[in-house]
Order: sequence, then C-alpha cells, then structure tokens
Amino acid sequence: MPQAPIPTEALLKAPSGVAGLDEIMDGGLPAGRPTLVCGGAGCGKTLFGLTFLVEGALRHDEPGVLMCFEETEAELASNMASLGYDLPALVAAGRLAIDYVRIERSEIEETGAYDLDGLFVRLDYAIKTVGARRVVLDTLEVLFSGMSDTGALRAELRRLFRWLKDRGMTAVVTAERGEGSLTRHGMEEYVSDCVILLDHRVVEQMATRRVRVVKYRGSAHGTSEYPFLIGSRGITVLPVTSLQLCHDAGEERVTTGVPDLDDMLGGDGYYRGSSVLVSGTSGTGKTTIAAQFADAVCRLGERVLFFAFEESPRQLMRNMGKVGIDLSRWIDDGSLHITALRPTLCGLEMHLARMHEDVESFKPSVVVLDPIYNLKSVGSGSEVHAMLLRLIDFLKSRGITALFTAIDSHGLHELGQEGVSSLMDTWIQVRALEYSGERNRGIFVLKSRGMNHSNQIREFILSDRGIQLRNVYLGLGGVVTGAARIAQEAQETAAEAERLQLLAVKRREVERRQRQLQAQITSLQAELDAQDDELDLFAARQRSAAEVLTRTHAEVAITRNRGRGV
Amino acid sequence: MDADAATDDSCHWNLRLYVAGKSPKSMIALANLRALCDTYLVGRCTIDVIDVLEHPEVARADQIIAIPTLVRRLPEPIRKIIGDLSRHQRVLVGLDLEPVGP
Repeated sequence: MPQAPIPTEALLKAPSGVAGLDEIMDGGLPAGRPTLVCGGAGCGKTLFGLTFLVEGALRHDEPGVLMCFEETEAELASNMASLGYDLPALVAAGRLAIDYVRIERSEIEETGAYDLDGLFVRLDYAIKTVGARRVVLDTLEVLFSGMSDTGALRAELRRLFRWLKDRGMTAVVTAERGEGSLTRHGMEEYVSDCVILLDHRVVEQMATRRVRVVKYRGSAHGTSEYPFLIGSRGITVLPVTSLQLCHDAGEERVTTGVPDLDDMLGGDGYYRGSSVLVSGTSGTGKTTIAAQFADAVCRLGERVLFFAFEESPRQLMRNMGKVGIDLSRWIDDGSLHITALRPTLCGLEMHLARMHEDVESFKPSVVVLDPIYNLKSVGSGSEVHAMLLRLIDFLKSRGITALFTAIDSHGLHELGQEGVSSLMDTWIQVRALEYSGERNRGIFVLKSRGMNHSNQIREFILSDRGIQLRNVYLGLGGVVTGAARIAQEAQETAAEAERLQLLAVKRREVERRQRQLQAQITSLQAELDAQDDELDLFAARQRSAAEVLTRTHAEVAITRNRGRGV
Repeated sequence: MDADAATDDSCHWNLRLYVAGKSPKSMIALANLRALCDTYLVGRCTIDVIDVLEHPEVARADQIIAIPTLVRRLPEPIRKIIGDLSRHQRVLVGLDLEPVGP
C-alpha cells in the first residue's frame, strides 16, 4: 500500500502483529509508548495483547513480558495453543516471560501507606530476564478491585506508565469497558498516547466484532469502526477501504465458458480480475452460468473457489451434471473447491473473513459467489454492500476474477441496484421472457466496462451440453423465443431447403447446356482437323507433281542435246 | 477462626516482611513490626526481612505486589497485610492478633 513519505523524526511504530490493524494504524502501535486496549467482556483484549507479544517475539525480534492478573500461565498457554501459538516454547526459548499476578481482596488488609514496588520489581525482573521490548498488562484494573486506596493506586499507575515509557517499552494495557466512559476505572487518563476500542455487539442475533482506534497521538489513523474477527489464525482486522482503487487493469480476458456469450462480450469473455454480476429471477440459470464459467476456467488448468450459499456441493454437482457440466472431476483433481455454507451460520464479517482465509489458502484465479442475495439474511443492505465492496477490493487486489449471482426481483432492489451495479464491471442479466404462452430464458449484457459488448437479447437454453445461446429472431412482439422461435427456425429452414433445391436444379441445367456445347466444340474440332489433313494431302500432291515435271523437262533437254551436237 | 492458635502463648510466629531497599515506607513498617512483636509476641516471634530489590524472583514466587507487605507464615493459615503497619488496629485484625492485657 503506498504511503505518504514519513518524516524521519516521525513516531516510530511497532507492528501490532494483528493482521490488518497495522494498515489502519499507519504502521502499528506507537513504539516505546503504552497503548490502551479497552472493551467489554469477551471482546478479545487478552488475545490482542498476546498476539502482540507472540508476533513481536516471533517476527520482529522483540521479546515480551506478559503480566496477567486474570488468567494463570497454564490457562493462557492452553488458550493460545488453539490458535497455534506455543507459549511454553517461547518462554523456554527466553523470548517471552509470563508473570501471573494473583490479587485476592480477602488476603489484603491495608494497614497504612504502601506503594506497588513489588509489581515494579517483578516487571523489571521479567523485562531483564528476556530483554523485553514489549509489555502487556492484562488487566491492570484488577488492582482496583483488590485495593481500596484508589488515590494511592492512581498515583502508582501514573508512575507505572511513566516508568514503562522511560524504559522505552511498547506496552499494551487492557481495560474493561465502562458505562459511559472508555474504561471502568478511567485508565484512559494514564494511557493517552493511543487508545484502541474493541467491541463485540449483537445485531439481529448476529455477533460482530469491531475495532476502532479512538485516539492516536502523533499519527494518522483510520477512524472508522473496522470489523475484526477471532478465527483459527488469531485476530484479523478487515479494513473496510484499504484499497485506493489502485489495482491493475490488464487486457487479459478469460472465457465465460459459453462461446456465444464470449461473442456478446466483444469476443473474448470477461476481463481477468474484473467483477461480474449475473442477475436474474429465480430459475433463470444463474448458477449454471456460474458453473459453466467455473468449468471453463478449470479446463484452462486454473483454480476456482466456489462459494455456494444455497446448495450443498453434492447437490450442485448433481444438478450441473444434468446440464453436462461435470464439476466432480475438477474437485477430484483439486482445481475446484466448493465451500457451501448457510449464510446464517455466522455474521457477515465472519463470512468475509472465511472467504479471505479460503482465498488466501486456495489461491484461486476465479471466485464464484452464488448467490450474494442470500447474505442479506445476516445483514442489512448497506452492510452487505460494504462487505461486497471489501470482498471485491480484496479480490481485485489479487487479480482474481469474481462472479456473483444475484436474484433480481427482491435482492437487487433491496441491495440498492445502483450500489451493486457500481461495484461490478460486467453485469449480465438473465430474464424470463414470456411470449405466446411460454416462459423462456433471455440473456443480455446490461453493462460491461471497457468492452464493445452486444446489445442483443439472446435466448439461451440449458441443454445436456450446457448453456447454448440461440440466434435472435425478431417477431411482431420483439424477440421471438421458445416454440415461436422454433416455428420461425423451421420456417427459415424450409425456405432455405427450397432455395437450395432450386439452386441445384439450375446448376444441373447449366451443366447440361455446358456439356452440349462441349460436344459441339469437339465435333467442330474434328471437322477442322479433317480439313487440315485434306489440305496437307493436296499440298503434298502438288509438290510431287512439280518434281515429276522438273525431272521430265531435264530428261527432254538431255535427249535434245544428244541429237543435235553429236 | 484461628483465634485459639493466635492467642495460644506457646504458638510460634513466623512473620516475613517484604521491603524495597531502605525506602521510607519500608523502614517505617520494619519499626512498626518490631514494636508490635515486642508488645504482643515477646519471645515467640521470628521476623524475616526480604528485600525484593535484591530478590525479585521471591517477589514473584510469593505474589508480592505492594511494598511493604507483611506475611504471617506461621501460625497457619497464611495471612497477608500491606502497608507500613501504622494503623495499629488494622494490623491486629489483619494478623488476627488479639490484644493481650493493658
């Protein structure tokens, strides 16, 4: 992601280790300063802190110290093991120190002035043990429940944060969310450089986690609420608009799988990396168009990820098998992966994150979502729109071609037709054409950016060899389809046959005449040859006659000389 | 309650005071503790003083947060009180030490 040049004296950043968050925070948490992470119960504060530590130790060569007040080392280790982080190994390797601080109100009788030097000493000891650069205090507020002298405690907290800053520790301090304030005990008073708010809310029975950077002194940061989720790979934050519309736009095309449809799109199919919407009313063959596309892409030896929100993989394969699209062999050879989920299984963010994960691991060149309308059952129109936007941005940034199907009659209007349209590069609409007592399927290209696409409505049929587009017949009422089209086709076929017949007759007649002429030519030639022969004979006779005459004259002359002279 | 054990004259007391160097609070606490033992636990009390600056690992092992902290290791059960022990009445309650005589 291109960034504005940062002046050299700018705030140093420590990568948070939370995927996606650094993008929002312009590089990470403020290095050498404490950051407050607040949120309600179960919003992922501890996980946030641990991710920060573990990633720091593993990837950024910054060992860390965790001072935990709520969970013991063993509990934390087993919690993190499920995310693939091996805390005991890190501790054994000297990259991480964990100090569990147990506070029990009943054990603490305050008998006079005191300070928290014990805590300082322990923290200092832990920092020195591993040479820590990062510190997480989770959750410091437990101190408030253990100690009644809040005045003294507050003074000590102030001292603690000063102390951490002086040591150049990048610290994460977690705190419980309070009523009407960021934290229950006003921790934001002490940690004022950077405040991150985690939120876990339930809207229409669907839980979504969100993160917001409330405050970040001396740094640019995204101010929106960003959804995040806790999945099998830890925390992932999904920036809503991480894109600046800077993805590449190649010239390369990829076939739609239907040659005639390619023709409608200017001859070569969809652009690679573009987003395609196939919309239509129920039962118009949207899924088939998607499947045929998937099939064609697999034929090219590329990979396709198919998200099915309506059908199970088996059902999808069976149904597509009936129209001659054999998806099972692509699944067998690993070039096609079908992920079938009920949309209501999880919230939109979770869907998005799962798609992210699947796309990242499967690395397809084409992603199919069938259909997007169904996601509406787990989010409002604007949320679905925002999610699609993010998904499309994400896919585009990776040059992945995306095909979405949507149901026209309800879905698009509720989603906001313009909104969805603006996200899509190519929009193909499939429509039921009702004409002369039939319902047939018509397909047309509503829009296709950067293509000289067809303006025709073509009829298409689902045959046992997939989708086939029919020629366009115009009748009185516009495009003629179905039986009327077949009648028209028959009529044209008959006319064509008759025309061909006529042509054949004519050709035979001409040929006959040609043959006659040829015969005449042959006989005349023969006559000509005979006359030539006659002429030759005559000439020869003339020549021999002349010779005889000459000889005779000579003989006569000799005879006469003999008689006179001798 | 362990009032019996605490008030039992034959019972031996082991008290451990955690301090941080020679900080004023630590010194006050130590003085207060000595006075306490001289008043209530004459001859049956041992006092360990642990400087956490020198032994941070002990602070961790013994779960010490506040300084000064006084731990009654014996008699059982372990009791933990914090502060410089200047609030006399609270110390007695915290250590479960019955005031004896005038």
